[in-house]
Amino acid sequence: MADLSSDFLGIKSPNPFWLASAPPTDKAYNVVRAFTAGWGGVVWKTLGEAGPPIVNVNGPRYGAIWGADRRLLGLNNIELITDRPLEVNLREIKQVKRDWPDRAMIVSLMVPCEEQAWKAILPLVEDTGADGIELNFGCPHGMSERGMGAAVGQVPEYIEMVARWCKQNTRMPVIVKLTPNITDIRYPARAAKKGGADAVSLINTISSIIGVDLERFSPEPSIDGKGSHGGYCGPAVKPIALNMVAEIARDPQTRGLPISGIGGVTTWRDAAEFLALGAGNVQVCTAAMTYGFKIVQEMISGLSQYLDRHEMTLSELIGRATPNVTDWQYLNLNYVTKAHIDQDACIKCGRCYAACEDTSHQAIAMSPERVFTVKDDECVACNLCVNVCPVENCITMERMPGGSVDPRTGLVVSDQPADWTTHPNNPAARTAAE
Amino acid sequence: MTNSPFTPGIVPARLDGSLLQENFVDLHAALDPHEALVAADRCYFCHDAPCITACPTTIDIPLFIRQIATGTPEAAAKTIFDQNILGGMCARVCPTETLCEQACVREAAEGKPVEIGRLQRYATDTLMAQGIHPFRRAAPTGKHVAVVGAGPAGLACAHRLAMHGHAVTIYDARPKAGGLNEYGIAHYKATDGFAAAEVAWLLKIGGIMVQTGVTLGQDIMLDTLHANHDAVFLGLGLAGVNALHAEGEERKGVMDAVGFIAELRQASDLATLAIGRNVVVIGGGMTAIDAAVQAKLLGAQSVTVLYRRGRDAMPASRYEQDLAASKGVRFIFNAMPVTILGNGAVTGVRVEYTKAEGSSLVGTGETFDIPADQVLKAIGQTLDGAPGGLEITGGKIAVTGPGRTTRKGVWAGGDCASGGEDLTVTAVAQGRDAAEDIHVTLLG
Repeated sequence: MADLSSDFLGIKSPNPFWLASAPPTDKAYNVVRAFTAGWGGVVWKTLGEAGPPIVNVNGPRYGAIWGADRRLLGLNNIELITDRPLEVNLREIKQVKRDWPDRAMIVSLMVPCEEQAWKAILPLVEDTGADGIELNFGCPHGMSERGMGAAVGQVPEYIEMVARWCKQNTRMPVIVKLTPNITDIRYPARAAKKGGADAVSLINTISSIIGVDLERFSPEPSIDGKGSHGGYCGPAVKPIALNMVAEIARDPQTRGLPISGIGGVTTWRDAAEFLALGAGNVQVCTAAMTYGFKIVQEMISGLSQYLDRHEMTLSELIGRATPNVTDWQYLNLNYVTKAHIDQDACIKCGRCYAACEDTSHQAIAMSPERVFTVKDDECVACNLCVNVCPVENCITMERMPGGSVDPRTGLVVSDQPADWTTHPNNPAARTAAE
Repeated sequence: MTNSPFTPGIVPARLDGSLLQENFVDLHAALDPHEALVAADRCYFCHDAPCITACPTTIDIPLFIRQIATGTPEAAAKTIFDQNILGGMCARVCPTETLCEQACVREAAEGKPVEIGRLQRYATDTLMAQGIHPFRRAAPTGKHVAVVGAGPAGLACAHRLAMHGHAVTIYDARPKAGGLNEYGIAHYKATDGFAAAEVAWLLKIGGIMVQTGVTLGQDIMLDTLHANHDAVFLGLGLAGVNALHAEGEERKGVMDAVGFIAELRQASDLATLAIGRNVVVIGGGMTAIDAAVQAKLLGAQSVTVLYRRGRDAMPASRYEQDLAASKGVRFIFNAMPVTILGNGAVTGVRVEYTKAEGSSLVGTGETFDIPADQVLKAIGQTLDGAPGGLEITGGKIAVTGPGRTTRKGVWAGGDCASGGEDLTVTAVAQGRDAAEDIHVTLLG
């Protein structure tokens, strides 16, 4: 069993799987269950400033979309930050941290964008013995209407300012949680770094309407016939999160800034992908809300087996794929592949044919006996057939060796890489002296 | 081929070799990786899952299925073996239709449970094929435990004891270890020498010596074992066979179904096995079904199972009954043999219908004859050769808690011990739990 113990900003946890700030981390009861199940740490659900508690809706606060067999793919919510009194949360945080000293305890915070508000809450959190704080600049619903959450996270100057206030007023490591509801994630990340933040975590939820009730003409979840945009999360958002993590990991201005990866982590494999793209650990919410805390056991055994198989340590995995994230213009245009259909694995459903014939390059032939074969002289290697095939590894992309002739173009495949920057069709590739 | 299903008497090679081979292939083919992923995807990862509760060894089924679904069948196997070191065999022989798969919530929802048994086999086969034994023996404790019986209970007990660092010697009367896994399971449920391979794999834990051909009460005595070891575990199984109490039981052609099954399992060439043209199997448990189905597969022209009670009371599950029926086995319910007909060799069975009268069964007086040249008795096994000095209850060694017998330092589990169903998986659980209790006792 590989050693999964994790060190993020000096915060130690027995594994890199933390629960994200969300309903599962709102109370000692839940958090203790999570720790008992094996979670390495938690980010306690966001605390607000002292005063009258937050009010939530009293109708449904979650909505979902499902894949086949009603597998939950995406969840959205209109729940606000914790609606329990501040002192109750602080008391429980302190107790749980005392009882579980080996687990990471991060406290998520969201108070008004005034220095005094932050100065007031930071010592209270520090007093709990928590390992760090996470600034919730991400929630897209409810609180953003009041100038908090995503309303802060969408303005890099605010991020920098609040991060700086926090750094100046606490010894605890500061993690800035970023909203994806912005055009370029690098700007808020750079702002966080400039403000002195120790790390960023992302993504928070995505603004969304999960569905519409077609009988009542109300967005879901429906509150008395009306709905509001909520925060979208779950397996469906993972690709968006992966890209944003990678963008920050490879941005020269933020390279090396620790990242806590969040967004649709459901299995060990999802977690490993975040880590490979540069996240130092991952945070999970929807998977726990869908399947219960026990899923961490599969994450632990799976990641451990994967690391063992590659004879790799956890820290060696972190960022291992980051150098391979590049811009389109640097992709090797001499990398020529063709789809190949394994006839033994093929179940003759014809989905590859429909996809290719109707929507792509007419590169799959169908015989009267329903034998599907790739026409190499038409195949542009788009991969759509691979993506729509219901049988894993039935259709694969096979690379043409250097020196062979691509029957589609009639050109000899070069074994030397070449990309757009030097391509003759690229006007920018022409040298000025020519 | 000189014989056919129509050849009278008990003769070998009623079917040609290739057909015999085909008849005795794996009952359920192993899942391929694609099938395993599709099957695994159906699991809902239930909380406090009913399937776990239904499993006598309490395997964390949702977890291992999720591990398969996420591409780590090896981790899945570890999850299974943590609870059940004979998870490979149990995946093949467990009556899942009355255990985990009956409890599966998708059985309730759609009448189609997650294929837990086959998924378990997929996981355990994957790890075992890699030759990996996922457990390591703890530092030797200096304690030595004797295990009598190398069946599922004894093997599970020995493995768990070895894991804890105790030295174990297993004694078994038969020439090969494995117990009913080796000698008592239908051929098509454990093909390709799986039982022997599983024993070899299990012994990789180290610290276990196996002595075969040693019978308790003849070659070794409990008192001696007790004196020479720190603890003794008895996993004797049920070596005795109930008598039919029908006239003519001694006729040639009347035999025990367990012996027939054992012979079949050990045969290197199925074409050498003699089988009757008309076979009558008496009994209603798994042994009866296994014997009947295999008799049919060997080429018997007709095979009839006689069961003295109604279908609902039959210990063999409906699934097993249907399997037998699909192979051409005929069932006659509410009927008992009264006379084995013949002159020297069996020629038929006189059968009387039965009815319930109060709590007992009585004959109705109406009889009929079935032609038979072979009669297989599968009316239950009995404890045979249990050492003296142990309390016996209901024909089994009395145990309390995790297999403690009435004699200090002696534990028992599996079919020979009181409590639990006589299933491989139950025996594994009892052996394992006794080992934990022995461990605590020895180090306590």
